[in-house]
Amino acid sequence: MISESLLQPEELAAYRLRALYRQYGYRLYRMATFEDYDLCVRNRDFLTGDRFITFTDAGGRLMALKPDITLSVIRSGDDKPGSRQKLCYNENVFRPDRASGAFKEIPQAGLECTGDLSEADIFEVVTLAVKSLSLISDDSVLDLSHLGLLGALLDGISPDGELRREVARCIATKNTHDLEMICRRQGISGDRLEEIVFLAGLYGPLSEVLPRLAPYCQSPAAKDAFGMLGRLSRTLENEGFAARTRFNFAVINDMNYYNGIVFKGFIRGISEGIVSGGQYDPLMRRMGRDSSGIGFALRLDLLEELPDGMKGDSP
Amino acid sequence: MISVALPKGRLGEQVYRLFEAAGYPCPALLTGSRKLIFENSEKQIRYFWVKPLDVPVYVERGAADLGVAGKDILLENDPDVYELADLKLGRCRMAVAAPEGWHDTGEKTLRVASKFPRIAERYYRRIGRDIDIIHLNGSIEIAPLLGLSDVIVDIVETGTTLRENHLVVLNEILSISARLIANKAAYPFKTGEILRVTEDLKGLVNKE
Repeated sequence: MISESLLQPEELAAYRLRALYRQYGYRLYRMATFEDYDLCVRNRDFLTGDRFITFTDAGGRLMALKPDITLSVIRSGDDKPGSRQKLCYNENVFRPDRASGAFKEIPQAGLECTGDLSEADIFEVVTLAVKSLSLISDDSVLDLSHLGLLGALLDGISPDGELRREVARCIATKNTHDLEMICRRQGISGDRLEEIVFLAGLYGPLSEVLPRLAPYCQSPAAKDAFGMLGRLSRTLENEGFAARTRFNFAVINDMNYYNGIVFKGFIRGISEGIVSGGQYDPLMRRMGRDSSGIGFALRLDLLEELPDGMKGDSP
Repeated sequence: MISVALPKGRLGEQVYRLFEAAGYPCPALLTGSRKLIFENSEKQIRYFWVKPLDVPVYVERGAADLGVAGKDILLENDPDVYELADLKLGRCRMAVAAPEGWHDTGEKTLRVASKFPRIAERYYRRIGRDIDIIHLNGSIEIAPLLGLSDVIVDIVETGTTLRENHLVVLNEILSISARLIANKAAYPFKTGEILRVTEDLKGLVNKE
């Protein structure tokens, strides 16, 4: 029997999270430390960078120290109709620090659910992301959005790729002043402009935001996304997590890789998002899979910033 | 309590005056004291002065909930923060300038001197021009005069320095002004306070 008092916050969290994920049928996945360099380079935007620690193995193949878990999980999974794979992990990844550029070893815990997924599978993953945060702190929030809503908004602005990226960047930073300027440049004004600026700034509990969002979800894609968010809201409410989740239009992951529900989790006292995840069917397509995928990672290294240690931590 | 990182210098004083007028005063701030942190507990706001370039670092890392930084600094350093308002202070332009009479024949790689290599690189990539970036830390105007570069990409306020050195603006790249930024992880826990300060500041800025 392990005494929790012996564990560091990072170890304690990993221990508790693994127990949680196992309860939901997630099998522990142990991945190799090295990844094919080609696979990393092909998906460098998904990995948010193109710098990897590389070396040549005995067979002359160029390898990288793993910068991410999701790619390996997708590659390891079946793609047969009706099959579903639920894996959890506790692994270190190697990525350059944004500010210094120096490589860091980052411990992560997380899970991936891939295959023929139902809506219940997707909601289970979102619920587990909220539960993961709750295991660590009572003062946590999961911000979420649906990329179908963003797609519908962008379709109404322009088909031009560069412009769509510029608009998405403004929305991701809640920068409504530059967004307004870009829209005016495109000849968008009046009610339509007000609508775009309103949507971009939307933030708050799902039960409060969704009724305000409803009138703007007229296209089939936006209606689908809105319907799904409504059902997710009820699921989270039934689980008792309504107060721990917010709709945030600014949660945007790369649309070349993600679709559907995307989310980011925060804990008071930790200076950046500790959980990041979402549905990544386009990434599955890029890797030759026909099925769906959703997952998230939790940065265990950030637990050092917790001002009062972990919830339920033994003195 | 909301903490705000203000940029030291003339812009910082203008920014503080705006916060003060919006209802968030802290008179001790402008007394010339050597203190670095100032607090108004009644208004639940804490200010501190930092170098303008460091404001996004304090905000991104969560040492400040809010901060004010120039758009040039934000574009050059690309911090992971929310940009909540254009405070319309410290307005100037980022421009390409060259010696009078110079024109780009397009035959050679263009040598560009700048304090803002990322902004310059992005601009020339967008227009498809091959360039060699020379990253300098100051006195950019001297680079083309000494043959170090063909053109410069720099901030232009009044244009006096350019004129005195016989340089002219060829293209304006972007307009710059002070922006209110917020830490993304503070936002979910201090939403009400952050939005209140933002709306109060925007109300004043838009009135002017």
